[in-house]
Amino acid sequence: MSRSTILWSAALAAAALVIPFYLDASWLQDGLFAMAAAIGAIGLNLLTGATGQLSMGHAFFLAVGAFGYVYFASEPQEGGAHALGGLGLPTPLAAVLAVLLAGVAGGLFSPIAARLKGAYLGIATLALIFIGQFAMTNATPVTGGHNGRPVPPMELFGFVFADTPEAPLVIAGVPFGALERLWFLGAILLLGAGLFARGVLRGRPGRAMNTIRDHEIAAGVMGVPVSRYRAGVFVLSSMYGGLAGVLVALVFQQTVPDYFGLLLALAYLAMIIIGGLGSVAGAVIGAVFVSMLPRLLTRYSDALPLIVQPGQEGVGAAEAAQILYGLAVVVVVLFLPGGLLGLITQLRLRTGRPLPAAAPKHSLTPTPETRN
Amino acid sequence: MTTFLELLVNGISIGAVYALIALGFVIIFKATEVVNFAHASLLLVGGFIVAKTHESVGFWLALLLGLAGAAAVGALIEFAVIRRANVISHSILAIVTIGVDIVLTTELTRQIGTEVLALGDPWGSEVLHLGAVNIPLARIAALVTASLVIALFLLAFKYTNWGVAMRATAEDAETAALMGVRRGRVSMGAWAVAGALAALAALFMCIFPTPGLDRTVTATAMKAFPAAILGGLDSTTGALAGGLIIGVTESLVGGYQSELVFLGRGLGDVAPFLVMIIILLIRPAGLFGTRELARV
Repeated sequence: MSRSTILWSAALAAAALVIPFYLDASWLQDGLFAMAAAIGAIGLNLLTGATGQLSMGHAFFLAVGAFGYVYFASEPQEGGAHALGGLGLPTPLAAVLAVLLAGVAGGLFSPIAARLKGAYLGIATLALIFIGQFAMTNATPVTGGHNGRPVPPMELFGFVFADTPEAPLVIAGVPFGALERLWFLGAILLLGAGLFARGVLRGRPGRAMNTIRDHEIAAGVMGVPVSRYRAGVFVLSSMYGGLAGVLVALVFQQTVPDYFGLLLALAYLAMIIIGGLGSVAGAVIGAVFVSMLPRLLTRYSDALPLIVQPGQEGVGAAEAAQILYGLAVVVVVLFLPGGLLGLITQLRLRTGRPLPAAAPKHSLTPTPETRN
Repeated sequence: MTTFLELLVNGISIGAVYALIALGFVIIFKATEVVNFAHASLLLVGGFIVAKTHESVGFWLALLLGLAGAAAVGALIEFAVIRRANVISHSILAIVTIGVDIVLTTELTRQIGTEVLALGDPWGSEVLHLGAVNIPLARIAALVTASLVIALFLLAFKYTNWGVAMRATAEDAETAALMGVRRGRVSMGAWAVAGALAALAALFMCIFPTPGLDRTVTATAMKAFPAAILGGLDSTTGALAGGLIIGVTESLVGGYQSELVFLGRGLGDVAPFLVMIIILLIRPAGLFGTRELARV
């Protein structure tokens, strides 16, 4: 690890520690969504960026994680037609099981994931979104149907990640509610997810994945078990999606099927393109960009031209954000082949500072020969 | 039996409309090797123009404007985005079209808002009675028009210079360019034709029995993706077969929903995707798609 990497990590860790003490709840909530998005985007980047398998169904796996967690952790509720099932397991166990469930869902899809290529795989995964929506609105005892169902808060060794008015937790004069507590949980999960993915990418599996992306036949000839790897990466990426889903559920405190639709799946693809394909840092940068954009636009809507306050006629902040990240996808592909991460790397090269050893390793633009 | 016949005719008619969309999708793929995820938004562009202009200029002129508008937007996407991004791998080009799709769809659905726009078509809600079978006139019009346009297109694809240039480019782009085929023109033409076909499909998707053009139209148009894929992305025959399979499946499943209610509500919307997955499990390149061969 080079010195600048250590410095960067230290600065980020310090920021993550300090932020809950200064920012108010709504910013923390957006930050938490960005963390969840980052975990999901890292997973998608392993699949689409590093292995070259287009997936438009990532939102489905988030849904599996979110509803899996709710189902495993909730106590069953009687109530006639509106009865909700549940297993009432301890919440950490429920979270782990939800992630595994997402992995199993990815595994069940592997007959498709391991065989189809390119656009075929993209549209086949698109089917997952529609099938998922259908299943979620129909499996009312599990998902609560259209209106979703409340999420039981996470409880770890007697520590509850929720607002506890009867026993308020105050640290350094700052009341620690659900969001402040979840912030640290999210940061730790993101760190773990990032480090694991980095390990995968830098080790033997990562090289195999990149070879599959660059030339599948060559990969096979070199002894990479291509189908097994593609199925494996698909499962791993679904598990990342599941973890992101669990975190989203915990932050929302209510899971709604509509949220896990096509728009979310497209947003994830936008994240990894904008951030930079095939790397952990790229996924995180893209996730932060895409999830914080609506927030920033709302915050500064009065100062920005063309964007109106909520409720008025014209382009709202959420729509403006969507249009902007849609444009960002186009612009990045046309002008910044390495995404925002590539831009940062280039700027560093320009300013003449030495690069961290790992940065230039991943070639982000496949050569013309690798088009297929 | 009557119900079955009605559903079948309806399904074939919807299928012909899906085939129009899928055909455009396939042409773009053949000419530029780009999978165009922005196709649903091209459809929305066409439908939107027709809906906004038909009151002032009359239906037929509005339809013409819609076709031209969607064709122009298609050509513009090709010219401004796809052509410039020529050096990157094709799955990334597919993602660019997703970016374009996000921009267009967001803006148009914002314009449409919560309204349901009428398209002012001359068929209205009239129903044709053939013995005991009742079929909306609009569906017959859809079937006839779509079949004519598809036939016309296939003839043009086979016999005109434009068609030959297109097929040559699809076969081997470099050799075609050496033979004097202008690749830029061919791919732009493909995008324009696909846009016009999508606009025509938009018309038939939004008239009776559908209430009109609203913000859910893109979701409906998404069903043309399975149509294109299950027929095989690089096959025009496949697009036709795929469209019909999807249309008939959707219509039958939707029509017999009351008998299938144990499977859940809204099955008609998912059925196309389920059929696609089953077909792809058996034939990963679609029904008529060429299996990719590679020389090492």
